[in-house]
Amino acid sequence: MRDVAVIGVGLTHFGELWDKSFRQLIAEAGSKAILDSGISGTDIDAMYVGSMSSGRFIGQEHIGALVADASGFSHLHIPATRVEGACASGGLAVREGYFSIASGINDIVVVGGIEKMNDVGGTSATETLATAADQEWEAFFGATFPGIYAMIATRHMHEYGTTKEQLAQVAVKNHANGVLNPYAQYQREITLEAALNATTVAYPLGLLDCSPVTDGSASVVLCAAEKAKHFTDKPVKFIGAGQASDTLALHGRRDICTLDATTYAAKMAYKQAGITAQDIDFAEVHDCFTIAEICAIEDLGFVKKGEGGKAIENKITTRDGSLPINTSGGLKAKGHPVGATGVAQIIEVVQQLRGDAEKRQLQDPRIGLAHNIGGSGATCTIHIMEAM
Amino acid sequence: MESIGIVSYGANIPRFRLKAEDIASVWGKDGQAISRGLGIFEKSVPAIDQDTATISVEAARAALARCTIDPQDIGAIYIGSESHPYAVKPTGTIVGEAIGATPELMVADYEFACKAGTAAMQTCTAFVKAKMICYGLAIGADTSQAAPGDALEYSASAGGAAFIIGKEKVIATINYTCSYTTDTPDFWRRAERKYPSHGGRFTGAPAYFKHITGGATRCMQCVGSKPEDYTYAVFHQPNGKFPVNVAKKLGFSYDQIKQGLMVPYIGNTYSGASMIGLASVLDVAQPGDRIFLTSYGSGAGSDSFDITVTDEINNLARKNAPSVADLVGDKQYIDYGTYSKITDLLYWE
Amino acid sequence: MGNGVARFWREIPQRYNVVGNKCGSCGRVFFPPRESCPDCRRKSIGKMDEYKLSGKGKVITYTIIHVAPENFEEQVPYPIAIIELEEGPRITAQIVDCPVEDVKIGLRVEKTFRRIQEEGYTGAIYYGYKFKKRK
Repeated sequence: MRDVAVIGVGLTHFGELWDKSFRQLIAEAGSKAILDSGISGTDIDAMYVGSMSSGRFIGQEHIGALVADASGFSHLHIPATRVEGACASGGLAVREGYFSIASGINDIVVVGGIEKMNDVGGTSATETLATAADQEWEAFFGATFPGIYAMIATRHMHEYGTTKEQLAQVAVKNHANGVLNPYAQYQREITLEAALNATTVAYPLGLLDCSPVTDGSASVVLCAAEKAKHFTDKPVKFIGAGQASDTLALHGRRDICTLDATTYAAKMAYKQAGITAQDIDFAEVHDCFTIAEICAIEDLGFVKKGEGGKAIENKITTRDGSLPINTSGGLKAKGHPVGATGVAQIIEVVQQLRGDAEKRQLQDPRIGLAHNIGGSGATCTIHIMEAM
Repeated sequence: MESIGIVSYGANIPRFRLKAEDIASVWGKDGQAISRGLGIFEKSVPAIDQDTATISVEAARAALARCTIDPQDIGAIYIGSESHPYAVKPTGTIVGEAIGATPELMVADYEFACKAGTAAMQTCTAFVKAKMICYGLAIGADTSQAAPGDALEYSASAGGAAFIIGKEKVIATINYTCSYTTDTPDFWRRAERKYPSHGGRFTGAPAYFKHITGGATRCMQCVGSKPEDYTYAVFHQPNGKFPVNVAKKLGFSYDQIKQGLMVPYIGNTYSGASMIGLASVLDVAQPGDRIFLTSYGSGAGSDSFDITVTDEINNLARKNAPSVADLVGDKQYIDYGTYSKITDLLYWE
Repeated sequence: MGNGVARFWREIPQRYNVVGNKCGSCGRVFFPPRESCPDCRRKSIGKMDEYKLSGKGKVITYTIIHVAPENFEEQVPYPIAIIELEEGPRITAQIVDCPVEDVKIGLRVEKTFRRIQEEGYTGAIYYGYKFKKRK
């Protein structure tokens, strides 16, 4: 198994992009990534696309072929595959691309993630997102996706004393980070008070505890590490990758407050990288809801189980803290075009390690981690990266 | 002569209550006067997720909880209602599946205004007598609706009761039943219309009173009984006044009808009304008590029953399910706005 | 016409009567029923026996839904809870018949039969379990 590096990145603005269609978004992200990488179209061995629910959002399946077509590569007949794992679709697409190079089958692969969520009405979008949950045994009975994470929050508050203030602080922090991200959906701060007083969506989560509905696309070009310097002087390689699954419904889990999929995927990734959680300098974690970020930093091993709330309160995870989390603004402020998120997380990690994160740039980060979750924790994919 | 009759029973009444005074104040009427005039203080209102099927299932499950019958031995289910959830697709099959009585089961849904449930009791009694089934389940249940601002709005309510009829371990024998029926258009609802219409004062003497007195008199003649012979009497209760008046007319006392008179507290549960009244009596009845029941359904007809409580009633685990008094007392008040939302008075797209 | 009815018809025993199954090898109870036991795996194939659960349990966690899907908008706000049934399995269901403030972790509940949703005004009605307080 050989090493794999990211040699180019590209993304669209994230937000309510009425003027941009699905095809336009993926073509924009893809072409930016390809230009950034310096490869030519004929160098591409394969394409992988992460998209959760193009079928329900734009009535279109068969996305692999569509993306190759929209990117102008159909005449090259490049193999193109759509990968799906709900909100982890992007991260899974990256993983598939990574394996196809690590295994020696491909040398250069373009991975994209995309979701075009605003072509359907708000209620439809919410119901489509709920398909990440267990349709028959959760959603059918009236549980919504925020409701499921809210149940994690209620239990976390009950077992560990986590407070609504601590949840709100996650949103405040991520918005403060998002201000510095020119691609973010929300580039404005929010106050703790606003977060605490926001309309309740599913107690104890309010509107500002929830990531938004977003259109957007993100793309990376992956290359065998041994060939990477051919294309860029700032390649960033994968040193660890992990993936794990768990029960689809929250009620099937071993422990309501722990996403075991995160713990297992992290173990796999740390083992491959030969490191521990303490070696991670910064991370992009899956904050689809504020409680998810608190669980993530616990389950990734950055803090002990139950101490996630305290960590955010003690400002450990701010941009200036000892373990910056979600410098991009996270899903909350950057936006969450579902299939694109996993890829966008990789891009932030790469930008930080390359020194290209502009106003968000951390001081000398060496190892970064991207954590992408599907549903309420049924899928997790993790990538750990280091500058070459 | 083997005794056929009620083997077990159960009731279900939704928890929401709307006071007659609150309805009156919305329409600019004198609530206290209306309450006094109708003899109704408050009525039961179903929650948005309750309907005749859910009420029937809960009543049937209550009946089964009190006895040890295997639901597979129930050979027929007849449910009478004016508010079956579907116009076509029987409530009886939903209940049959929910209690585990399928698939060897005869089912049909009944309609005869407020007496559809007692008609179901007659059918089940006949099937048991003909030895075609071991047990029959007769249910009367409704989530009746009234047009906003109409007089019926004060009384149209929700509830139901279920009776298992058989010939073993009978807690109350059905000694005799007969009916009195004519074509009388006192109250009706056209197909595809949401609310019923009625003939105002015509619903009194030529309708309710004529058929109850006609039916009750005929029944007592056939049985050879007099009002004084009965411990309890239950009459259909569209409001708190009619049953008191008809009892007096027939020679029954207020004390005899008191236990079975639920309408002041829950309104008129239509197909559930006489049935819930009978359930309330069975909650307290002792061996040897005689019960006289005459229901009334608009259109019009009355079903009369001469019932005797047996020793077996003390073997029935009555406390395994809530009594009618428990159900009446388990309540939560709602306002007219909530009532409108629930009963679909507000237009939902 | 929307969704086909078969999918919901198939699960009537589960929704109406909490019918799960039991592993013939280790005795573990499952709801909803499974094709095999995750603990016993191949030893359990063909040995999963139908098993009716009591419908009694307690609340493990809950939320109050304020922003609901279309079919549930009229019931807002409503509690949704994860309930641990007496026999072991946990399920997700709505809590009814009590004020929202009464829903707490540890609340003892039992099943009740209610309308869950319907396919609009012309479609089929789906009945199933919700849970209410028990003593």
